[in-house]
Amino acid sequence: MQLYLPIADLPVNVFLVLAMGAAVGFVSGMFGIGGGFLMTPLLIFIGITPAVAVASVASHIAASSFSGALSYWRRRAIDPSLASVLLCGGVTGTALGVWTFTQLRALGQLDLMIALSYVVLLTTVGSLMFSEGLRALMRTRRGAVPPRRTHNWIHGLPLKMRFKRSKIYLSVIPVVVVGIVIGFIGAIMGIGGGFILVPIMIYLLRVPTSTVIGTSMVLTLVTMLFATMLHAVTNHLVDAVLALILMVGGVTGAQFGARAGQKIRGEQLRLLLGLLILSVGIRFAIELVIQPSDLFTIRELGVSG
Amino acid sequence: MRRAALALLFVLLLGPAARAEKLIVSVSNHRVTVTPNYSGEELVLFGSVEKDATTPADRKAYDLVVTVMGPRADMVTRRKERTFGIWINTDYRQFLQVPSYLALFANRPFEAITSPEIARRQQIGLNNVLLTQRVSGDFADVVPNDAFRSAFIRLRTQRGLYREDGSAVTFLTPTLFRTGIPLPAEVPIGTYDVEIKLFANGAFIGKTETAFEIVKVGFEQFVATTARQNGLIYGLATAAMALMTGWMASIVFRKD
Repeated sequence: MQLYLPIADLPVNVFLVLAMGAAVGFVSGMFGIGGGFLMTPLLIFIGITPAVAVASVASHIAASSFSGALSYWRRRAIDPSLASVLLCGGVTGTALGVWTFTQLRALGQLDLMIALSYVVLLTTVGSLMFSEGLRALMRTRRGAVPPRRTHNWIHGLPLKMRFKRSKIYLSVIPVVVVGIVIGFIGAIMGIGGGFILVPIMIYLLRVPTSTVIGTSMVLTLVTMLFATMLHAVTNHLVDAVLALILMVGGVTGAQFGARAGQKIRGEQLRLLLGLLILSVGIRFAIELVIQPSDLFTIRELGVSG
Repeated sequence: MRRAALALLFVLLLGPAARAEKLIVSVSNHRVTVTPNYSGEELVLFGSVEKDATTPADRKAYDLVVTVMGPRADMVTRRKERTFGIWINTDYRQFLQVPSYLALFANRPFEAITSPEIARRQQIGLNNVLLTQRVSGDFADVVPNDAFRSAFIRLRTQRGLYREDGSAVTFLTPTLFRTGIPLPAEVPIGTYDVEIKLFANGAFIGKTETAFEIVKVGFEQFVATTARQNGLIYGLATAAMALMTGWMASIVFRKD
């Protein structure tokens, strides 16, 4: 069934978009991530312009992270105080990111910057996660005890605060910094940033796994709502029809994904997610390195009349 | 004085001949509406060549070239080059106010209709249509085999937005003709100008113009206008929709 998208200005197959939303939703529910890094390239692949894709995906991620956050909230798996400190940084970072985005666009080469940051970020995070998952898996095979979690330099910073639900005592400085970084990256690359946030919170901030996904979803939800608003006000590029189809597919897929995720062990889940992120990163790298089938591209600068 | 008299004679001789034929045309639909299930359409242009008393008797066969031009826009063509092992955009050309949709149809191959000189002047064929580029501060069209110009036409043709066809116009009778105007699914919204040029024995003898428009209606129109004019409200509505969808999903899929 074809449906004409009012902002993207092209007809799409509703079932194809629904299926894409459901597939990405499944992955996002399984790993507790937003899935923007998968959705945006997919939409560009079916012919939607990158600008519209990035803007519309933001609202899609907001919907799926809200439904996720609600169910984590009921299970008391969200740390409200940790989330609010993260948000202080996140909102600042998003605003900074949007400002940088405008500056980069004025300089040209924004597409290259986006592609390069995708490659660097996804391959780094992907391979780190993959090798860590592999090591953890080997350890459990051998039956060895996981190494004791030690405190690092981050725990020596001042301005400490007690985060009750997570049962950690931590300085607010690294938390705010992490929020800024995620907000900044998210605004520039059009991703929620959950797949970077979760590992950072686990390995750097030592947030227990019980609250990490729920809390990161709150940050994703707020930054993506903020991004939707910014895109709608400044560029008029949010396609509500496209977003709605993606949302319906996404939230449905996410529920099944979450159930599937509970059946898989933690280290296997990390291994799989690492592999997935790595492969998306490599795909972007290949696109930069091999000769494109067409050296020329056209960009319309707006229709007049 | 003598030159002026000659010129006057020339006009008197040619004048009536140039107005000897009248072109009457119509498009099957002057207002194409883009609805939720729009996925491309084909318009039909039909018309006839009306002769009058002054038409030379030996003029029997006519040739027609139909040019359809969509709303104009500025476009940039970029070329990728290998730098430090990766392919990045290095060079670009800006095309100024070029048609976003361009179709040229004729009843037989363009080069058979008229001389290269007249074809260039009358912009017959994709190679002869004026596509203004900004070349280092200057505005000009370049030679047809320019790399950026041909890449631009090739890419637009691939998307079905630029096309030329030397057999699309059919003469039903020696003076009655018709042609289809295919509009792709991702058609630019706006006003389309149609120009019909008449040739006989290689000479350009007249033209007429018509137009049609492509508009969004109903829901599409509403969404597009709201997004453009009330960005804040639109954004708030989208954000609220996201929250509603998320909340509904968590209710529907609640496990208890």
